Amino acid sequence: MVDVTTKEAPSFASPRPSTGWRALKRYPLFSLSILVFFLLIPAMFAPLLAPFNPYDGSLGARLLPPFWEEGGSTEHLLGTDKLGRDMLSRIMYGARVSFTVSVIAIFIGGIIGTILGLLSGYFGGRTDSVIMRLVDISLSLPTILLALVLSAALGPSFMTVLIVISVLLWARYARLVRGETLAIKELDFIARARVAGSSHVRIMLLYILPNLVNSLVVLATLQVGYVILLESTLSFLGAGLPRAEPAWGLMVADGRELIVTAWWVSMFPGIAIMLTVLSLNLLGDWLRDHFDPKLKNL
Amino acid sequence: MQRFIAIRVLQSLLAALIMSVIVFGLARVSGNPLDVMLPIEAMPEDFERLEKHWGLDKPLVTQYFLFLGNALQGDFGESLKYQGTSAMELVGQRLPATLELAGLALLISAILALPIGVIAAVGKDSGWDIAAKVIALLGQSLPGFWLGIVLMWIFAVMLGWLPTSGRGGIEHMILPAITIGWFQVAALMRLVRSSMLDVLDTEYVKLARVKGIPEWKVIWKHCLRNAGITPLTYFAIVAGSLLTGSIVTETVFSWPGIGLLIIDAIQARDFPVVQAVVIVFAGIFIFCNLLVDILYAYLDPRIRYG
Repeated sequence: MVDVTTKEAPSFASPRPSTGWRALKRYPLFSLSILVFFLLIPAMFAPLLAPFNPYDGSLGARLLPPFWEEGGSTEHLLGTDKLGRDMLSRIMYGARVSFTVSVIAIFIGGIIGTILGLLSGYFGGRTDSVIMRLVDISLSLPTILLALVLSAALGPSFMTVLIVISVLLWARYARLVRGETLAIKELDFIARARVAGSSHVRIMLLYILPNLVNSLVVLATLQVGYVILLESTLSFLGAGLPRAEPAWGLMVADGRELIVTAWWVSMFPGIAIMLTVLSLNLLGDWLRDHFDPKLKNL
Repeated sequence: MQRFIAIRVLQSLLAALIMSVIVFGLARVSGNPLDVMLPIEAMPEDFERLEKHWGLDKPLVTQYFLFLGNALQGDFGESLKYQGTSAMELVGQRLPATLELAGLALLISAILALPIGVIAAVGKDSGWDIAAKVIALLGQSLPGFWLGIVLMWIFAVMLGWLPTSGRGGIEHMILPAITIGWFQVAALMRLVRSSMLDVLDTEYVKLARVKGIPEWKVIWKHCLRNAGITPLTYFAIVAGSLLTGSIVTETVFSWPGIGLLIIDAIQARDFPVVQAVVIVFAGIFIFCNLLVDILYAYLDPRIRYG
């Protein structure tokens, strides 16, 4: 396989020791450890780690406060909600829900966008202008409204959320892939592959696509945080996942009316969202700076 | 320039048209619209009458154009939940509350973001700058609905300074406005900071300093004025974030605007109202984006779109 790496290899060595904020941005260790701790481990091992079943509550244990408050117990470390379900267990399963939704949605949106972007950039002409007009229009539609309308029509479910979010995501990938394809297809090795008799499909998939992987990975990482926020917002508004699911947005919504009596029901899932999105943003920024400075303005 | 404006206008019209197709499709996807439009005890004659009125006996394409014609006249039918009130009337009643809140949110974000952005740029890498970066990062990472609940918990429940929800005097507006404005403070501040950094580096600023103009005047008059163009793009972000912000925030604080209206309507499956709100919101959003693009191209001659 022909390989063009015109970019310099990313350097991991930092030119000078730095402290505080700079260090935080330079070494993604901090955000990575938060992510692993809050998102990946709970998401993968929720059934093993969670002390209780996230769907079943015990009515005798309703609205118990976290263990350090008066009346709380170490049995339910972060307390329970109004149906007596363990908060800690639900937050762990919530990580699983957020993670699954965002990975699948980004995957679907990314594939659709990449294919359309490749076609657009490679063939140019009419294909290009039709696809790019679609991208422009898709980016100028109001995101949250579109999502609300779609979920209202389809009803709240896992599938709905996936469809809604992929529909919102594809355009970014299409634009990015098209731009890079335009540049790559002018390079010598593409012309040579063509002369050697490679088909268009083969050239796109084997010669162009591998050169886009860096950018695609960076864009996907930058979008995970956005998707988690979007999914939890939709769920909070009642237009996302079904009510019984242990999704972070739904848990915050449950706690809204209990704010006077049971603050912990909405506080902990919110903190989980914030830390996850924060560390994903830091990680995405770091990846972008190191692997793909071209994406600076994304 | 004319060509660019013409293309953008056409594009916006197309976007609005697509939005109307989606909204039209919504009512059809969810089954016979008459089932939701008419009460359960409706007679077959009622069905026939409405079928005629909405042209449901005609082919789908004709139906769409009928819908579009009615929509352009602001006729989306009667609300199912509030019998006897047209959907557009409801939107008209609720719109002022939303605009009021959005206005205050804009004001708050401008008042906070301009000085913070300027100070962060002038003292690059200082403590101020780092604080500004933390604010920006938190602005991107905090879910708006949760921020609203946290503010409510601290200032209304624990301290008891402000009311928890509803509409009333200015004290009812403070928490919701901060919730909406928070994201914008972060976005605007970053824009102000980066464009100030560019300007601070130019020859005319050095000249102003050499001439002995006091530093505060150089920064706040000479620089800020020239750095002011870029944050205009911010108003494109505003259109979107005010929209999302008002839907989320009105839900959290039970603020009776059109954001709360659409959420209630979705839960009650009140389709005429959902359609009316979506079209109004989408219209405002698309128009703002168009305006920003044109204004931006006009103000900055270096920008030429294809």
